[in-house]
Amino acid sequence: MTRLATESTVPAPAPPLSDRDADRLRRRYRLRHVAGRVFVYVAAVVAALLSASPFIWSAVTAFKLNSDLYNADNNPFIFNKPPTADHLLYLFQQTDFGTFVWNTLWVGLLVVLITLVLGLPAAYSIARLDRPWSGWMGIAIFFVYLVPPSLLFLSLSRLVVTVGLQDSAWSLVLVYPTITIPVSVWLLIGFLKTLPRDIEEQAMVDGYSRLGAFVRTVLPLLVPGIVAVVVFAFTLTASEFIYALAFISPSSQKTLSTGVPTELIRGDVFFWQSLQAATVLVAVPVAFVFNLFLNRLVAGFTLGAVKG
Amino acid sequence: MAHTIASPPRAGAADTSRVKGGRRGRVTDSESALAWIFLLPSVVYIIALVAVPFFLAIAFSLSDVTAGDPSYDWAGLAAFRRAFADPVFWRSLWNTLIFTGISMALIIVLGKVLANILVADFRGKWVVRFLVLLPWTTPVALSTVSWLWLLDSIYSPIDWLLRNAGVIQGNMYWLGQPKLAMASVIAVHVWRLTPLAAVIMMAGLLAVPQDINEAARVDGAGFWRRMFEVTIPLTLPVIGVAGLFGAILTFTDMTVVYVLTRGGPTNSTQVLASWAFIRGIEGGDVAQGAAIALFLFPLLLAAAVLILRAVRRMEIT
Repeated sequence: MTRLATESTVPAPAPPLSDRDADRLRRRYRLRHVAGRVFVYVAAVVAALLSASPFIWSAVTAFKLNSDLYNADNNPFIFNKPPTADHLLYLFQQTDFGTFVWNTLWVGLLVVLITLVLGLPAAYSIARLDRPWSGWMGIAIFFVYLVPPSLLFLSLSRLVVTVGLQDSAWSLVLVYPTITIPVSVWLLIGFLKTLPRDIEEQAMVDGYSRLGAFVRTVLPLLVPGIVAVVVFAFTLTASEFIYALAFISPSSQKTLSTGVPTELIRGDVFFWQSLQAATVLVAVPVAFVFNLFLNRLVAGFTLGAVKG
Repeated sequence: MAHTIASPPRAGAADTSRVKGGRRGRVTDSESALAWIFLLPSVVYIIALVAVPFFLAIAFSLSDVTAGDPSYDWAGLAAFRRAFADPVFWRSLWNTLIFTGISMALIIVLGKVLANILVADFRGKWVVRFLVLLPWTTPVALSTVSWLWLLDSIYSPIDWLLRNAGVIQGNMYWLGQPKLAMASVIAVHVWRLTPLAAVIMMAGLLAVPQDINEAARVDGAGFWRRMFEVTIPLTLPVIGVAGLFGAILTFTDMTVVYVLTRGGPTNSTQVLASWAFIRGIEGGDVAQGAAIALFLFPLLLAAAVLILRAVRRMEIT
């Protein structure tokens, strides 16, 4: 930073400009500005296309007739034959897609609930109750987030068998908070740091206990952050693959993440249009909700991560 | 502040409550007790389901546990010897390093570019952000299944484009050739994780005080100069964190590999995580699976220490 400060004083003071020079400069800057704007738009469109093209293409494919799709000479990006909704109907009527959606939803919601019940007090304890170990505990929880499922799935799958939850979606409810609690606590610490301490002090002055102050004043103010954490934690559980694959084999208990790739691909027979439809149907709502809370999540990353 | 006015009567109230309210008032007011009570459930849960399984994994790797015979018998380093004797293990280790190294480099560069785009002001930003987020928010297994078809051996639309542009004849067989399969796995992974890296880096970019950038602009620094001499040095720690996160998520991940190639063709895309899964769960050799998975740990530890140091440095600035 200091290096920058000295550097920025280097340019020599500009000599006084004549009117013509000033005009030329102004034009140059305007041109540069326009070029900059064009560049931003081009870059944004390219980025959006690179990211989303597989989904856009999936959405087209989902409505294609077999005779259209399985012809290598047909243009894959347009309808060469009239579109059909048969494969979409197949997805809902002939496969367990509905079951997978339902399992993903209830597992996700329960996991989010457990995460909040355990994570909120933990975050408050670390961020606000100023124990000598607070800092270390924050770091420890951060490290737990880095212990990956690929290291734990074998022992956890034995553990799941021991408690009798193998082949049940409840095993995921038990295990998924190991992924969501650390990251949620970490984000919540960040959000808590944005609330001025006066809030609880004031509430305690007004006669609340520390616990009362937390429940009655801090929690309501934390709601925006909590919502962001809910969205984030839910996305994490919905994407999880290794545990879901290792713990569960009957299709009635599978979630979207494992159900769609394993049940809609039978041996060498792929239900391509239905698979593509499933991807788009899941992708769009999740990304939509996520986008609503993106700014808050970005703030959480800065506060929790960057300012420790 | 208001509480200086309110505090004299409150002091008295607190005293009486302490006398009359008895125990309940004390526990809910005592910060050290509350701190532990609040933290304990999470700590117990994490010890039970992260720490215990972790040590269990070490124990398994030193045993002869299989899915068929789950009784625990000490077997020393037999499982490790079994793992090392298999050339696929070394192949996987090498693949993991390649996969992680290349993906991470690409994710950082593209994530930085994407973050810069996302913080810029333009119309339709909401739609662009929505489209850009799709790869990351969609469950990995689902988006990877889409890619499976994009990379299909006969009907791949990418092949169709290349054919019509006159670049190739016939098909590329993306997932059928060792080098191309690895490139495909890396490409899908980069595509998926770049938005996450961008979001983390956005956080860093937004935290750079605007006046520093303004000052540089006033002093005549152009866009590139501001980028390389102001923004990047100032956000380097955040870029580091994003990179290390990406690295950890990459070298411990098996989803993309498992769905796209299952490690094939002939294990040329096998990574440690997928190999541990194939041995430990599908092959039922729990001991060997655990031994393979434990190889992730030293790398993980190194990455964690690096992250911590980056975070520390950020606290100082």
